[in-house]
Amino acid sequence: MSQPAGQGGGLWVKFVPDEEVLKHIADDPGVKVRKDKTQLTVSVKTFVKKLENVSDDEAQEILEEKKYVAALGVCAQDSMGNGSSVSGGEVYSFQTPKRSSKMAELASELAQTPGQSVAPDDSECPEKTAKTPQSSSNLILLFAWQRAILKSYMFLLLMHVYFFLLQSKKKEFVSTTPYRLRKRLAAPDPYLESESEYSASCSEEEEEEDDQKEDNTALSGRKTPAKTKTASTSPPRNTLAKKNKENKTSNLVEEYFEAHSSSKVLTSDRTLQKLRKRRLDQQTLHDLLKKAPLAYAAEIKELNQQHESLFSKWMLQLHLGFNIVLYGLGSKRDLLEKFRTSVLQDSVHLVVNGYFPSITVRSILNSITEEVLDHIGTFRSPLDQLEFIIKRFKEDSSLELYVLIHNLDSQMLRGERSQQILAQLSSLPSIYLIASIDHINAPLMWDQAKLSLYNWLWYETTTFSPYVEETSYENSLLVQQSGSLALSSLTHVLRSLTLNARGIFRLLAQYQLENKDNASYPGLSFQDFYQQCREAFLVNSDLTLRAQLTEFRDHKLIRTKRGADGVEYLLIPVDDSTLTDFLEKEDEDV
Amino acid sequence: GCFVFKPSPKKRRVSQKTVNHFGERKDDSEDTELRFVTCQSLWNEIKLETEQIQEDLNKQLFDNLVSFLRRSHSELQEKTTEWTCQMKSREIPTAALVLGVNVTDHDLTFRSLSEVLQNNITPYIALVEAKDCPGVKNLMQKLMGQLMNCYIDVDSLEDEDYVQVSQNRIRCSMSSLINWYESVTKKTDSETPRKKRTSSSRHWQSPPVVVIFKDMESFTTKVLQDFIVISSQHIREFPLVLIFGIATSPMIIHSLLPHSVSSLLCIELFQSLSSKEHLSTIIDKLLLTDRFPFKLGEKVLQVLINIFLYHDFSVQNFIKGFQLCVVEHFYSQPLSILCCQLVDAKKRVNSLSHNQCENIRRLPSFRRYVESQASEKQIALLTTDSYLKEIIQKLLEDLHVYHENYVSVLRCLHVFTSSLPKYPLGKQIRELHCACLENQVWETEEYESSLQLARMLNKSDLVTMLQQCVEIFVSSSGKEFDKTIEKLKEFLTQFQQLDDAFQEQDVSVSSQKELQKKTDLYHLQKTLLELKESRRSKKLTKFEMLRFEVVDYIDGLVRNYLVPADNKTLHEIVYFNTASVLREHLNAAPRTALHTALNNPYWYLKNQALKSDGGSISNKAPDICIAYKLHLECGRLINLVDWLEAFSTVVMAVEGQNADAGSSDQVDDVIHARFIRAVSELELLGFIKPSKQKTDHVARLTWGGC
Repeated sequence: MSQPAGQGGGLWVKFVPDEEVLKHIADDPGVKVRKDKTQLTVSVKTFVKKLENVSDDEAQEILEEKKYVAALGVCAQDSMGNGSSVSGGEVYSFQTPKRSSKMAELASELAQTPGQSVAPDDSECPEKTAKTPQSSSNLILLFAWQRAILKSYMFLLLMHVYFFLLQSKKKEFVSTTPYRLRKRLAAPDPYLESESEYSASCSEEEEEEDDQKEDNTALSGRKTPAKTKTASTSPPRNTLAKKNKENKTSNLVEEYFEAHSSSKVLTSDRTLQKLRKRRLDQQTLHDLLKKAPLAYAAEIKELNQQHESLFSKWMLQLHLGFNIVLYGLGSKRDLLEKFRTSVLQDSVHLVVNGYFPSITVRSILNSITEEVLDHIGTFRSPLDQLEFIIKRFKEDSSLELYVLIHNLDSQMLRGERSQQILAQLSSLPSIYLIASIDHINAPLMWDQAKLSLYNWLWYETTTFSPYVEETSYENSLLVQQSGSLALSSLTHVLRSLTLNARGIFRLLAQYQLENKDNASYPGLSFQDFYQQCREAFLVNSDLTLRAQLTEFRDHKLIRTKRGADGVEYLLIPVDDSTLTDFLEKEDEDV
Repeated sequence: GCFVFKPSPKKRRVSQKTVNHFGERKDDSEDTELRFVTCQSLWNEIKLETEQIQEDLNKQLFDNLVSFLRRSHSELQEKTTEWTCQMKSREIPTAALVLGVNVTDHDLTFRSLSEVLQNNITPYIALVEAKDCPGVKNLMQKLMGQLMNCYIDVDSLEDEDYVQVSQNRIRCSMSSLINWYESVTKKTDSETPRKKRTSSSRHWQSPPVVVIFKDMESFTTKVLQDFIVISSQHIREFPLVLIFGIATSPMIIHSLLPHSVSSLLCIELFQSLSSKEHLSTIIDKLLLTDRFPFKLGEKVLQVLINIFLYHDFSVQNFIKGFQLCVVEHFYSQPLSILCCQLVDAKKRVNSLSHNQCENIRRLPSFRRYVESQASEKQIALLTTDSYLKEIIQKLLEDLHVYHENYVSVLRCLHVFTSSLPKYPLGKQIRELHCACLENQVWETEEYESSLQLARMLNKSDLVTMLQQCVEIFVSSSGKEFDKTIEKLKEFLTQFQQLDDAFQEQDVSVSSQKELQKKTDLYHLQKTLLELKESRRSKKLTKFEMLRFEVVDYIDGLVRNYLVPADNKTLHEIVYFNTASVLREHLNAAPRTALHTALNNPYWYLKNQALKSDGGSISNKAPDICIAYKLHLECGRLINLVDWLEAFSTVVMAVEGQNADAGSSDQVDDVIHARFIRAVSELELLGFIKPSKQKTDHVARLTWGGC
C-alpha cells in the first residue's frame, strides 16, 4: 500500500500548490500578482479549468431559475397578447449615474430621427463619453496598466484571471466592509483601484450588450475593439458575465442609496415663470386638448372592442363569486361605463368615482344603506354600518348589487381601513365588485387576507385612452394648475368679507411679497402685524385682529407657526405668483 | 362621488340568470344551458369534497382541542384545596394553535373550530381579531358584545330588551362580565331539567368561556398583557380559556409577552396539519381519482402548484384556481358537454348536433386518430354522424379506462420512486404526475436514473413495496389488473423462496468474516483484491435476477399505462390546458403591463409607425410614452421646464419643422397642454409626485431606467 499511496501523495503535493496559490492570490491580489507573475502564467490553466467548473454550476442554477420562471409563466411562449412577458429585472434596472443634460440629449435624438427608432451612435460624440468622469479615468488607468503589463494575448488570459480574482475579492469585501468604507480602503492603493475601476467599466460593457441604448463608456467600443471581441467569444467569459450580473444586483441596492443619499440635486434652475408662460386653468386646458387630435384612435378603438367582448364573461365570473379588477395603461372609465350601460341596465348598481377628491368609504356605505337598502338613520361607525349591510344582504337573498369602482387605488380609498371595509363588502356573495386600478404600486394595498376577501380575477385592459376625468380634479394636477383654484378660492372668500378684513389680508399679502426673495422669511410676526394694522386704521384692538385671523385660518387662507423665540408668525400658504395675481385683481376691483 | 342606479321597477327582473352570460359569444348556443348545469353540478361536487377533506384533516386537531378544553374545565370544577392545584388554578389554560403561514386559510379553520366547540363544549365563544382591538377597552367591548349575543342565541325567548340595554349601558369591565356570567350560569342551573336535556346535556353546568385570538402576532403587546393580567385575577369566578392562533412559531408567545405575564398562562401546544400536506390530500382526492371527469393539464397544474409554493401556501387559493379552471374549461370548450360521468356522456353523445360533431372532427387529437385509420373508415368518420357517435362512445370509454389504470399505476410507480435516494422523480406524487403528463416519462433521464437506483434496492424494501403495489391494484377499480396482481404475488413468493434457499448456502459470508480477522496491510489488500475479482467474475445471484425482473416488470407497466394524456384521442374534452389564461387572471403583473405599454406601445397599438426595433420607442408614440421615456433620463428630481422643452422638441419634430423658427423658446399652447396631461397622467400612475424641494420640480418615484 505504501508504494502507490506514496505516488498518490506525490501527485497530490504537486497539485496542491496551485490551489494554494490560487487561494493565496485571491486573498491578496495586489501584492501577489505582481510578485508571482511567472507562477501566475503557469497556473492560468487551472484557473480556466476552475472557471469552467463554476460555469457549469452557474448554468445549472440558471437552468433551475428558468424552470421556475417558465413554470410560473413569465416566459413569453404562451402569454397571449398581453405584455407581461417582460422579466422583472428589465422593468426597472439601474442605469449609470444621471447626467443633467441627458434628457435634452435624448429629446434631440428623438427629434432628429423622426419616425425611426432611436439607437444612439456613440462613436459620433466622443465628448459625451468624456463627460462621464468615471469612464474617462477608467480609460487612463486601464491603459496605463495595460501597457505596463503584457502583450495582448497574455493580457487576455490575465483578464480572466483578474476577473476571477476580483470576484472573489469583492465577495469577501461584501461580507465584511460596508460599501463606502470599501471605497475608501480601495483608494490609497492605486493598483487596486485600477482593478476595481476596470471591473466597473466591464460591467458597464455588459450592460451595453444587454441594452443597445446604454451609452457606451470606455474600453469596449472604440479603443480596444478586437480584444473585447475575442474576449466575448472565449467561453469563460460567460461565467464572468453571470458573476457580474450577480454583482450588479448587489450594486443595485448600493446605487439606490447612493442616488438617494446625496442631498444636492443636479438639475437646472429654470422655472416656469421665466418661460413667461401663461398658466392654464382647467377650462383652457380642456379646450386646448380638444383641439389636439387623439393619436391612434383606430387602434385604441380596436383595443376597446377586444375588451368589450369580455363583458359576458365578466358577468359570469362575477356571478360565480369572483370579483374583477382591471389594470393596464389608459383610462378604464369609459370601458366600465360601457359595461354599465350595456350589461347592468336592468339591475341595481352603484358607481363609485374613486378619483373624486372627497370620496370616502363612509359615503360609499351611506349610499348603499340609504339608497339601495332604503334605510333611514345613521350609524356610529363605518364598521357598524358594514355589519348592518352584511346582515341585510345575508337575510335577503334576492338583494343583488353591482359595485363599480373607478380607481380603487385613489388617494382617498387606498387606506388600510377603507380597503378592509371594501374587501369585506366585496366578499359578500351577492355584491359584485368590478374595479379598476392604475397606480404602479396599487397591488401593495392588499395583503393576503384582503386579497382572499376580494377574490380577484385580474384582467389586463390597456386602453391608452387619456385619463381625462381622473386627472381633472385640481389636486391631482401639477404645479401648473395649482394656482388657479387657490386664486379663485381666495377671491371668493375675500369677497364675502368686510372691507377691513380685506385690508388686513392685503397688508399681509403685500408684506409677504416684499419678502419673497428672502428664503428664510418666517412670516409676519403677530405684534408687527398688529402694529401695521393699527396704523392703517384697520383694527382697534388685538382682540379684533385675532378674531379676524381666526376667520382666515378657518378658510385656510393663512397659516400660523411659532418661531424659535415663541413669537407667532403669520404666513399665506400660496405661492408668490398667485399672490401677485391676486393683488393685481384686487387692485382692478378697487 | 357615488351614484346609485336603480332600474325602473317594471324592468327589474327578479334574478338574472347566470346562464345567460355563459354562452353568449358562441354560435352554438343550443346546449349552453346543459353545459352550464354540468359545470355547476361538477363544481358543487368538487366543493363538497374539498370541504369534506378539510373537515377530515382538522378532525384530529379539533378532537385534541376539545379534550383539552374539557380537562382544563374539570380542573377548575374540582374545588380541591391542594396547593399545587391552587397554584395551577391561578393560571389561565391556554391553547397555542400553530396554524402556519397560510393566513387566508385560517378563517375557515376558525369557523369550523368555533362550530365544533359550540356543539361540544360551550356556547360562550368569542373570536377576536387584532384589527378590531387597538386597546384593551375595544377588546373587552368586542368580547362582551359577542358573548352576550351568543347568550341571546341560546334562548332567544328571554327578555331581549334587557340584554340590549345592558349591552349599551354596562361599562365594559371584567366585573360586569363576571356578573353576566354568574347570572347566565345560575339561570341554566335553576332551569328545569327539560331544558337541561337539550342544551346542558352537551354543555357542563358552568361551561368555560373560550376566547379565540385569531391572529396573535398582530395584537399589540400591551393589549394582550393587560387582558391576561386582568383576567387572571378573576379566573376563579370566570372560567376563561384562551386560544391563540399563531401563524409563525410558538416562540412568538414568549417574545410578545414578558415572563411575568406568560407565567400566568398554562400553555399547551397544538399543531395543525401543514398546508402542504393538505394540498397533497386535495390533489390526491380531486385529481388522482376517476371520480371527477374534469382533469387539469400539466401546465395548468404546474401554475397552480407554483402559485401555492412560491406565493401563499394557501389551499383556499388553490381551490379558487381550480374553480377558475373548471369555469374556464366549460366556458371555452363547447365539447365540454361530454365532460361528465361516463354513463351520462354516452347518452349525450347520442344527442349531439351536427355542429358538435363538426367540432369533434376539428379536434387535433381526433384528426390524428382519423389519420391512423383505414381510408374507408376515415370517410365514414368524416361524413356519417351516427358512425362518428358510435366511435366517440368507444373512445370515451377508452379514455375512462385509461384514467382508471393511470391512477393505479402512477401510485404504484410512486411507491418505488418516493423511496429512492435523492428522489430523481420527485418526492410528492404530484411531481410524478406532472412528469407523466408532460411527456413520456420513460424517456426522461430522471426515470432512467431512478430505474437504476431501483435495481439496487435491498430485498426487504423491495418486498414491502411490492406488497404496497399489490394493495393499490387490489383496491383500484381498473379491470385489467388481475393479471398484474397475480404476477406481483408470484414475485413475492419467489422472494420468499429465495429467503429459504439462502440460508443453506452461506459461502460468501465466510470470506467476509476473514476480513474481520487481524491482518497486516499487505494481506488485507490482497484479500480485498481477490474479493473484487471474485465478485466481478461471479454471475448474478438469484436475488439480483429477480430484482431485475421486478424492475423490468414495473417498467413495462409504466410504458403501458402512463402514456401522457396528450396522446389520447379526445383528451381535449376533459383536460383543461390553457395555462396562460389562469396565469393572467390569478397571477397578474400590473407593473409589467404598464411598463410594456409605456415602453413599447406597439405591443398594444398595432400601428406601423410605432414599430421599432431594439426595444426603444419611436417619437411618434403617444404623449405619455414620450414623457415617460424622457423622465427616465432624470435623477431624483425633474425640472419641469426642461422636461417641457424636451417634450416639445420631440413632438414638434414629429409634426414637422414648419412651426419652428420664431417661436423656438415659446412652446405651443397645445403642446403645453398635452404635456400637462401627460405629466398628470404619470402622476396618477405613481411615477412622479410634486416636490417642494425646488420650484417647478417634481420628484421621481421610481429609480433606474431602461
